Amino acid sequence: MSQPIRVLLAKVGLDGHDRGVKIVARTLRDAGMDVIYTGLHRTPDEVVNAAVQEDVDILGVSLLSGVQLTVFPKIFKLLEEKGSKDLIIVAGGVMPDEDAEAIKKMGVAEVLLQDTPPAQLVANLKRLVSERGPR
Amino acid sequence: MGEYVPSQDLLPRIDRGETVAIGRLITRAEGDVPEARDALANVYKRSGKAHVIGITGVPGSGKSTLVAAMTAKLVASGKRVGVIAVDPSSPYSGGSILGDRIRMTELANNPNVYIRSMATHGEMGGVARSTLATADILDVAGFDVIIIETVGVGQDEVEIVKASHTTVVVSAPGLGDDIQAIKAGVLEIADMHLVSKCDRPDANKTLTDLKQMLTLNAAKIAQSAWRTPVIGVSSLTGMGLDEFIAALEGHRKISVSSEGDKRRLEIAAFRLEKTAKRMLLEEFDKATGSARAELAHRLSRKEGDPYSFALDLVRSVTQ
Repeated sequence: MSQPIRVLLAKVGLDGHDRGVKIVARTLRDAGMDVIYTGLHRTPDEVVNAAVQEDVDILGVSLLSGVQLTVFPKIFKLLEEKGSKDLIIVAGGVMPDEDAEAIKKMGVAEVLLQDTPPAQLVANLKRLVSERGPR
Repeated sequence: MGEYVPSQDLLPRIDRGETVAIGRLITRAEGDVPEARDALANVYKRSGKAHVIGITGVPGSGKSTLVAAMTAKLVASGKRVGVIAVDPSSPYSGGSILGDRIRMTELANNPNVYIRSMATHGEMGGVARSTLATADILDVAGFDVIIIETVGVGQDEVEIVKASHTTVVVSAPGLGDDIQAIKAGVLEIADMHLVSKCDRPDANKTLTDLKQMLTLNAAKIAQSAWRTPVIGVSSLTGMGLDEFIAALEGHRKISVSSEGDKRRLEIAAFRLEKTAKRMLLEEFDKATGSARAELAHRLSRKEGDPYSFALDLVRSVTQ
């Protein structure tokens, strides 16, 4: 039996808007995935610890507060310290195009912003997991 | 990206308490990966030190918040605590939203706490298929107490009693008739009763109701060395938590006595039965797929009856 894709959705820092991430959570649930939602105002430490304990396929970080260029370096550093090697990182929310390029260079696999249609979101995540292969 | 690490190679890292390795073997147990079976067998044989506590109760009774509060207490007393939080899968898509972690955010960075969320994936008893294997892994990784939080249960999801050394049933005040409704099922399995949200004024009535219900069960009381307590707690104010932790310790003492041997045998028997039935079902599905479709067509055309067709299918697997 193939296992549902596990996704952790996180809101990091001072960002009180979670309607978007809840819609994403519902979309992924309805696509048959197991979605773990951490709630608002998490720190990079908390998010990385949760992602590693939960051993999710994908960590999705939703940002509407403009802190992407400080948050992602911290997340990647913590993951390396933990010895996590195959976690797929995806960013969502709202950010300038140049920031999206910058975080992709850091290792974010996809930047799926607020104009991403639900079906495309699901297809992208499935593709990322299948490209990674069994774990 | 990463390469596949053999499950046997994860074992020494799990013994050292490496989070990444623990998490990965749990994932493979959940996926029932054949490659992981030997490693899981090894883990099963070496487990048995931890105190496994089941927390069950109706949805919204405060299970997750209670688990967070009791975990904080246990960690403060020097224990390492593993939490397995089970939430339901969607009957339509098979997906889930696992939200128990939201109530446990203060524990997220504590190195002595490991929290794992899992979905039921169609299991009906209130716990997931791989919950016990996960408890074994956490046990071997050195967690002293393992708390299994079931899905919010109704009347009949009582499997947790066959999965834990101590079963705690949480009731919330103010549910009135719901208390009456669950009296015949879930309330019977409790090793202890908690009434949550006891900062609320209507909690006393629930406490009294439960205590009175227990007195009706004189036969069970006479047989057992354990008196099922009813404890009022408030995760908000911390009221009753010390009494609860002390009761858990008291029940653990019973669970290492001869009554505990009986419980352990029940747990083992249940697990054996579940595992064997699952394997049998998988064999059945694999072996009968095409024959089943064919027979269904014939059945719909009334070319036979469901009893003899079903018997044919079963015989094709068991012979």
